Amino acid sequence: MIRIEGVSQVYSMTGSEPVHALQDVSFDVADNQFIALVGPSGCGKSTLLKIVAGLVVPTHGILTVDGARVDGPRRDVGIVFQSPVLLGWRTVLENVMFPVEVLGLDISLYRKKALELIELVGLQGFERKHPSQLSGGMQQRVSICRALIHDPSTLLMDEPFGALDALTREEMSLELLRIWEQRKKTILFVTHSIPEATLLADRVIVMSARPGRVAADFEIKMPRPRTMATERSGEFVEYSDQIRRVIYGGRA
Amino acid sequence: MSGRLHSASRRTARWLASEAWPPFLTFVLLMAAWEVIVRVFSVPEYILPAPSAIGRETWNVRSQLAIHTWATLSTSIAAFVTTILLTVPLAVVITAVPLLRKTIYPLIVLMQAVPKIAVAPIIVVLLGSGEAPKIAIAFLVAFFPLLVDTTTGLNAVPAELLDLGRSLRATRLQEFVKIRFPTAVPFFFSGLKVAVAFSVLGAVVAEFVQSDRGLGYLIVVSTSYWKTPLAFACITILAIMGLALFFLVSFIERRFFSWYSHA
Repeated sequence: MIRIEGVSQVYSMTGSEPVHALQDVSFDVADNQFIALVGPSGCGKSTLLKIVAGLVVPTHGILTVDGARVDGPRRDVGIVFQSPVLLGWRTVLENVMFPVEVLGLDISLYRKKALELIELVGLQGFERKHPSQLSGGMQQRVSICRALIHDPSTLLMDEPFGALDALTREEMSLELLRIWEQRKKTILFVTHSIPEATLLADRVIVMSARPGRVAADFEIKMPRPRTMATERSGEFVEYSDQIRRVIYGGRA
Repeated sequence: MSGRLHSASRRTARWLASEAWPPFLTFVLLMAAWEVIVRVFSVPEYILPAPSAIGRETWNVRSQLAIHTWATLSTSIAAFVTTILLTVPLAVVITAVPLLRKTIYPLIVLMQAVPKIAVAPIIVVLLGSGEAPKIAIAFLVAFFPLLVDTTTGLNAVPAELLDLGRSLRATRLQEFVKIRFPTAVPFFFSGLKVAVAFSVLGAVVAEFVQSDRGLGYLIVVSTSYWKTPLAFACITILAIMGLALFFLVSFIERRFFSWYSHA
C-alpha cells in the first residue's frame, strides 16, 4: 500500500515568490488499485508522481510504501511519460531491455519476458525495428513494455496518451485495461481527460491548482471489464458530470 | 546490415546522378570562363594563372608537391586526433561536474574572442620548432566547435530519460554510457566535420608562421618568388584534402552510426 501523508512541495526560486506545487496532500492507494489523477495544469500531478517514484523528496510530509518510508528513488516503479522517450539508437527489444541492463538482471531470462510483453502489446514482428520506424502509438506501447519489464509493483503514468491522436488514444486506453487485467499493478495515472479517467480508474482523485491539493476523491463503482460500451452507460455519464462539477465549480 | 549498406550505396548513386551534376557542370563552365578570360586579356601568369597553367605546374612539380602535401596532411591528422583525444574528455568533465560547467566552460567560450591566428607566433616561441607547435596551433583552431557540439550533445538528453535512469538508480557511468554518449553521437559528428576542416586550416596557418615544409610553407615561398601557379596548385590540393577528410568523417558516421542520428 502506498500512503501519502500531508505531502507539500514548495519550489523556492531566488528573486521570486516560492511556488506551492502541492499543499497538504494525503491519500492511500491500495495494492493493485487503478488511480486516476485529474486536474488543471499546475496542480502538481506530475510532481506527485515524482514523489511516489522517490525522484523528489517532498518538502513536508511523508510517503510510505508498505509501511517503509521512501527517501530515494525506488526501483519498484515503472514510469511512462507523455512522450515515449525511447532510445532511438536501440531496437524495440533493446529498448524494452534497457531497465534490465541498468538493474543488472539476468539478460537471457528477461529477454524471454521482454518478447512476451512485446507480444502482449501487439508488437510481435517489430522487435528488431527502430523507434523511428514506428508510429506514435506503437512507440508508446514500447515504453509501456519498458516500464513493465522488471515487474514493478507500481506503474506511474504521466499523461501517457496525451500526445496521441483521439482514435489511437481510445484504443490505447482499452489496451491498458487489458494489460492491467493480466498483470495486476498499482497504477497512478495522470490525465487531463475526464472520460479517460472515468473509464479506466477505480478511483478518480481530482486536484485543484495553485496550490495543488486534493479537491475530491471519487470511487468509480462500474463493473469490469470495461469497454467502449461503458462510455455510453448512464453511470459513466453521471460520474463524469460529478467530476466536471468539481473541476469547473458553478461554471459547468 | 548489408541490405542497409546496399540501399545506401544506391542512394549515393542516385544522388550523384540527380543532384551532383548541376554544380559539377557549373564548376566546369566557371573554369572554362576563367581560362578564356585569362587568354583573351593576356593576364600575366604571376597575377592570375589560367587553370591550364595551374594544371601544368601541378604536373611538373608533382613529386615535390607530394612531399609537402604529405607534411600538411600528417600534421592535420595528428592535430585532428589530438583534438578528439583532448576535447571529448573535456566535454565529459564539463557535463559531469556542474562546478566546472559554471567556471571553466564560460572562460573557454570567452577565449574564443582571441583570434587564434594572432596567437600562433607566441605558440612558436613557447614550443619551438618541429611538429609540436603546429599541432598546438591547429588544435587551438579546431577544438572549440567540437567541444561545443559534444557538450551540447551530452546535455541534449530529455529530462524524462534522466529521470528514468535515476528511478532505476543507474550509476553515473551507466548514465553516460547508456544514455548520454549515444545521444551525443550526431552532435559529436557535426562537431567532427567542422573540426576536421579546421585542423587543415590550423595546420596551414602554422606552416605560414614557422615551417620548412607543408603546403602552407610552399604557398608563402612560391608567392614571394612570383610563382603564382604553384600557390594555386597548393590551394587546389588543400581544397581536395579538406573535402576528402570531410567525406571520410561523413562516411564513418553513416557506415557505423546510422541509427544514432534517428533518435
